[in-house]
Amino acid sequence: MKFDSVIIGGGLAGLTAGLKLQSAGKQTAIISTGQSALHFFSGSFESLQEAPEEMKQLFSQAGIRLHYSPGVRLMPLGTFREAALSLEDIDLFPKASFGKKVLIVNLLGYHDFFSSFLAQGLEKEGMECRIRFINLPEMEKLQLSPSEMRAVQIARIMDRIWEKVIQEIRLLLKDEDTVVLPQVFGLQDASVPSRIRQGIPARVVFAGTLPPSVPGIRTQMLLKKRYQLLGGTFLMGDKVDKAHLHEGRVHSVVTQNLDNHYIEAQNFLLASGSYFSKGLSSNPFGISEPVFGLDIDFAAERGNWYSPSFADDQPYMAYGVKTDENLHAIKDGKALENLYVAGAVLGKTRPEFGTAAGMAVRSALAAADNILKASEL
Amino acid sequence: MKLQEYTRSKGNFEECMKCTVCTAYCPVLQVNPLYPGPKQAGPDGERLRLKDPYFFSNTLKYCMNCKRCEVACPSGVNVADLIQAARIKYDKSKPKLRDRILASTDLMGTLTRPVAPIVNAVTGLGITKTVLDATLKIDRHRTFPKYSSPGFEIWLRSHKREQAAFPEQVAYFHGCYVNYNYPQLGKDLVKVLNALGVGVQLLDNEKCCGIAMITNGMSESARKHAVHNVAALQKAVDKGLKVVTTSSTCTFTMRDEYPHLLDVDNSAVKDSLLMATRFIYEKLEKGAKLNFKSDFHKKIAYHTPCHLEKLGWGVFSEKLLKMIPGVEFTMLDSNCCGIAGTYGFKKENYEASQAIGQALFSQIKTVNPDVVACDCETCKWQIEMSTGYTVMNPISILAQALED
Ligand SMILES: Cc1cc2nc3c(=O)[nH]c(=O)nc-3n(C[C@H](O)[C@H](O)[C@H](O)COP(=O)(O)OP(=O)(O)OC[C@H]3O[C@@H](n4cnc5c(N)ncnc54)[C@H](O)[C@@H]3O)c2cc1C
Ligand code: SF4
Ligand code: SF4
Repeated sequence: MKFDSVIIGGGLAGLTAGLKLQSAGKQTAIISTGQSALHFFSGSFESLQEAPEEMKQLFSQAGIRLHYSPGVRLMPLGTFREAALSLEDIDLFPKASFGKKVLIVNLLGYHDFFSSFLAQGLEKEGMECRIRFINLPEMEKLQLSPSEMRAVQIARIMDRIWEKVIQEIRLLLKDEDTVVLPQVFGLQDASVPSRIRQGIPARVVFAGTLPPSVPGIRTQMLLKKRYQLLGGTFLMGDKVDKAHLHEGRVHSVVTQNLDNHYIEAQNFLLASGSYFSKGLSSNPFGISEPVFGLDIDFAAERGNWYSPSFADDQPYMAYGVKTDENLHAIKDGKALENLYVAGAVLGKTRPEFGTAAGMAVRSALAAADNILKASEL
Repeated sequence: MKLQEYTRSKGNFEECMKCTVCTAYCPVLQVNPLYPGPKQAGPDGERLRLKDPYFFSNTLKYCMNCKRCEVACPSGVNVADLIQAARIKYDKSKPKLRDRILASTDLMGTLTRPVAPIVNAVTGLGITKTVLDATLKIDRHRTFPKYSSPGFEIWLRSHKREQAAFPEQVAYFHGCYVNYNYPQLGKDLVKVLNALGVGVQLLDNEKCCGIAMITNGMSESARKHAVHNVAALQKAVDKGLKVVTTSSTCTFTMRDEYPHLLDVDNSAVKDSLLMATRFIYEKLEKGAKLNFKSDFHKKIAYHTPCHLEKLGWGVFSEKLLKMIPGVEFTMLDSNCCGIAGTYGFKKENYEASQAIGQALFSQIKTVNPDVVACDCETCKWQIEMSTGYTVMNPISILAQALED
């Protein structure tokens, strides 16, 4: 099978590049072993100040609304973290504007939202908190299986009954100026969080839960849907095992499911994520990139890969695939002419693109740009 | 160096990092609160079951074996294999009469074909359905697949000589559905392959792939079928033939479930067993040509059946359909239709089955295609019953689009 470009990895980086290439009229395929880090996405794009124009366009065409508002967001344990760009349902605000009296509302039987930790955190900041639970008959079925009462399952119900949630909260609300709710709204319908905000006479802030992340999964679904609508081919659940290289170029890749059916392309993009997604792999002797065996710099002494203090920046998180200025992958010291790299598999080797989700988007746009330029030659 | 590989456990359950991604994609979990979900029933439960079989839970029977959890898992855990293997290993309850009947797709076919019109009339009657519902707990809303006589095998045998005249040959594993219920699909395949200069022969006595037996607690019978089929496939492979199929579930079962769940080694035949869509696509890629009608027009919405998604071969159907001039193609979101073989036929699952399919059904209605394309026969029953839209196998669409 032949494509103009083949992208390895269907996370934020792979999908962003795929959308850009497909919008430019290229025939592309995305191959992705499993679901991506978007399933754990908080909803704010770290390191991005204002969305790049292209990102705004590609995302809004996919039905994803972003908002830019430098400030802080509320973290799951009642602390605050700086952020500037996020999905529409993630609240960003100047820290000083956060209320003084807070009503924290959880759903009865839901254990992936830590309301008492949240309250403790906020109380340390001098806020007064009250925790209340709501219980709706529609949730009874879910409560039968506490281990599966998770954000996504709840969100499926909340998409239907958010009006009742508003009524319940209005009954609970006394003199609080702020209501904190778990992020279990807006799986299919992104407008649910803002409708809840409108229905409650206090500031409503949604705080993160344990995974899976509702806004993250929605984002993944919308990006993939748009990509397929543009004619892109998404090979879900397939894994690129190895590649055929010839004279400094990637000729084709071989996948687990298509075994002896080679997938050929003019250009390839490696967007296979970090350790978590197995884009990088480590064992006691070294750190490697499993598909192409690309070059990675890491400390010779294993003890230096990590810092003993858990909270420190960990050196292993900085390791990533080496690239040249055009984001070509480097193998055995030489750049591969038609293999580009984007996203978390770069580690922190390309600080000019920022970090985390911001880096994934910016490096993906840059790599796609280079691919388009190369294919014009 | 390869420490992790040496310590790899069956089903790869130790790779589970408890990320919960699989639980977001399990269709049963969305509708049935009694089901513990893929993570709990799969890797989490396996840990406990290995300690003490007491921890085996009967609720694992709610798993439809759709494999969507495996497709979603970022860590390569064989979640559904773990669940089905546990059912085979620990569930000692005897399958009910109803389950045995539903599972015996080829027996039903052999017994009923000579009297197909009568069986169709009887299973179609309201009164029969009510009786089946009450006595066997087969849901009354279900339409039984019609039985057709004569079967496909008889038809193909009567064309043996002209098929043998083609320079290139393949064997066809038609499966129960084509033989007993819908010979037209087999005939469509023969038409398309003939147009490519390929003649079609039968295998030396195929049997039902056995998937319905696996999911209905009859793994011993399934194993017998598997051994038989692998031998039949081997005979074809020995003659240098590829074996093509038109059912994604039969293909998936024979390629993956035989070794993973039934411990039947298929390594010598696996690479020769292909969906016909893949076989045809690969021929076209190598330069073969099909002549399509110039005035063909169809708006097609394609649904990837769960087992084809797991095989990863939906792409061949997609590419073939997009290749037909005059086709307007929409890829439907990847969602389960809810039927999962015999699962949806059972009274206790009917409601869940329809609720699971809801997202797919409403998307089909929004797209409003001329026809829904899909490579699975049970999806076809479910989608046709629930939406009223016609469902066709991509092979039949190709056959229709060919210049006569
Ligand atoms: C748990 C977690 C939470 C995070 N939360 C945030 C956040 O809230 N905000 C933020 O700014 N950043 C966050 N990050 C940082 C994150 O790295 C980036 O945000 C970004 O999502 C990375 O995108 P990516 O596309 O590069 O990689 P991924 O999202 O990891 O996607 C890589 C994909 O490639 C696939 N793949 C890997 N190998 C192969 C192969 N051989 N063949 C085929 N497919 C393959 C994987 O299965 C995966 O689907 C988080 C990271 C993690 C791990
Ligand atoms: S998706 Fe895979 S790794 Fe994650 S919980 Fe499920 S089985 Fe475990
Ligand atoms: S195979 Fe399907 S029904 Fe069974 S656990 Fe996995 S996703 Fe759920």
